[in-house]
Amino acid sequence: MTVEYTERGMLKYSEKLLERFRNPKNIGEMENPTVVAEEGDPQCGDMFRMFLKIENNRIVDAKFLSFGCAANIATGDVTVDLIKGKTVAEAEKLQIKEIAEALGGLPAIKMHCAVLSYKTLKKALAEYHKSSTVSQG
Amino acid sequence: MRVYLDNGTTTQVAKEVVDAMLPYFTEKFGHPIFPYSLGLEAAEAVERSQRAIAETINAKPEEVIFTSGATQANDMAIRGVAYANRHRGRHIITTKVENPSVLRVCERLEKEGFRVDYLPVDGEGFVDIAELEKRLTEETILVSVANVNDEIGTIQPVDEIGEILRGRKEKIYFHVNAAAGYGRVRIDVRKIGADLLSLSAHKVHGPKGVGALFITENTPIEPVSYGYISMFKLKPGTENVPGIVGFGRAAELMAENFDRDIFNMRRLRDRLMAGLEEIPHTVINGPRGEKRSPANVSCSFKGVEGESMMLHLDLNGISVATGSACSTTKLEPSHVLTAIGVKAAVAHGTIRFTLSRYSTEEEIDYTLSVVPRVVEQLRRISPVKPEQL
Repeated sequence: MTVEYTERGMLKYSEKLLERFRNPKNIGEMENPTVVAEEGDPQCGDMFRMFLKIENNRIVDAKFLSFGCAANIATGDVTVDLIKGKTVAEAEKLQIKEIAEALGGLPAIKMHCAVLSYKTLKKALAEYHKSSTVSQG
Repeated sequence: MRVYLDNGTTTQVAKEVVDAMLPYFTEKFGHPIFPYSLGLEAAEAVERSQRAIAETINAKPEEVIFTSGATQANDMAIRGVAYANRHRGRHIITTKVENPSVLRVCERLEKEGFRVDYLPVDGEGFVDIAELEKRLTEETILVSVANVNDEIGTIQPVDEIGEILRGRKEKIYFHVNAAAGYGRVRIDVRKIGADLLSLSAHKVHGPKGVGALFITENTPIEPVSYGYISMFKLKPGTENVPGIVGFGRAAELMAENFDRDIFNMRRLRDRLMAGLEEIPHTVINGPRGEKRSPANVSCSFKGVEGESMMLHLDLNGISVATGSACSTTKLEPSHVLTAIGVKAAVAHGTIRFTLSRYSTEEEIDYTLSVVPRVVEQLRRISPVKPEQL
């Protein structure tokens, strides 16, 4: 009964998360990205758009837009930090757990935010593979 | 600047209330259960509060019993009347826009074999009276409707509902959750024809953890908790005497300041609403004018998510509430906004501003200088464009 009816009050954000929310470093549009991917649905209250600029299989720049709560903004921001400068192969190894850990942990009911930013990244990378296969072929 | 605009959630306790309560912690700390002097002193204080509160709703003092809050009062009223009248029928009617302290109790009763109808509301949150009449049966024992909606401020036609119920051959008990309405609209239990009515102290500058249930003498009701009976058969256990004293004082202050408070809040409400409406792609939820709580402004900012908005306003010193799902475990938007037909994507961007006796014009003007900037900022980083919603 307690879990089902706990609606507010349990929401404690870490200082790290709040700092990211207040001052995100990677949020905004990107001109001429290599790939753009979108996940989520405004009907569900959270949505990401991720832009990646990839050169020689390395993510040289990344940005994101967010329609969502503080955890949504913070997870998006930290995800971008975790993959920037990495090779595509390295970025593919990123785990949901790492996103949450980089924020000093996430409240249980906000884990879906980390999942969503992870899924957006996966989609963007899949998009990249598809387009690079097409251009090579 | 610090601006508190979440008075629908809770209010600042009035200084006069704190002063009235203090002696009941350290000097007059007796238990009303025994008639020695300390006990009598406590019992008299509880009775004084009964009188003060009864006066604000046109009830008799003995019709007011104290609870731990409106949540408990609602539970006692709904389950108590349901259990005591189940031999007559097992049908209850409420609305889709009630507080969870009513809805969850009704859902529980459904599991126990009661049938509950949840009435739809129109686009402004008004309950459908024709639908209510249609659903009344010989099995119906209880109707529960809040006089003011806590999220969007709709003032329900409870007088009209009471009249319909009084016109029925079989007695149908009428419960009104007045937690959001107390201190915002005038309440007369006789005019409403209410058999039960729930109140909360902390929404009217009283302390948290104390509420009241008005119940007429001839309403059959079963207690929902058991123990030593001190002053109230329906509510065993030790009375929260300091809290009850504080509630009584808050009720007196409410009565003294009522006209001025309402006038002030309505003026500030309309000023705030007009200012917010100048922000593009912004929708006011609920009715306007006389049929809206003078203390409530509910506003959806399209393309913006409510929790982020709430926290950004907090960074600017402004406290507000959000109807966003992101602040709940269920990830569904507010049931009230859904019931009035607000699309989920828009409901997520809803902020509720609620006023009190202590709200000022400076606070509203400051808020209006901050909100457009925050909305702008969040729309800039949003992949959802307001025009698409």
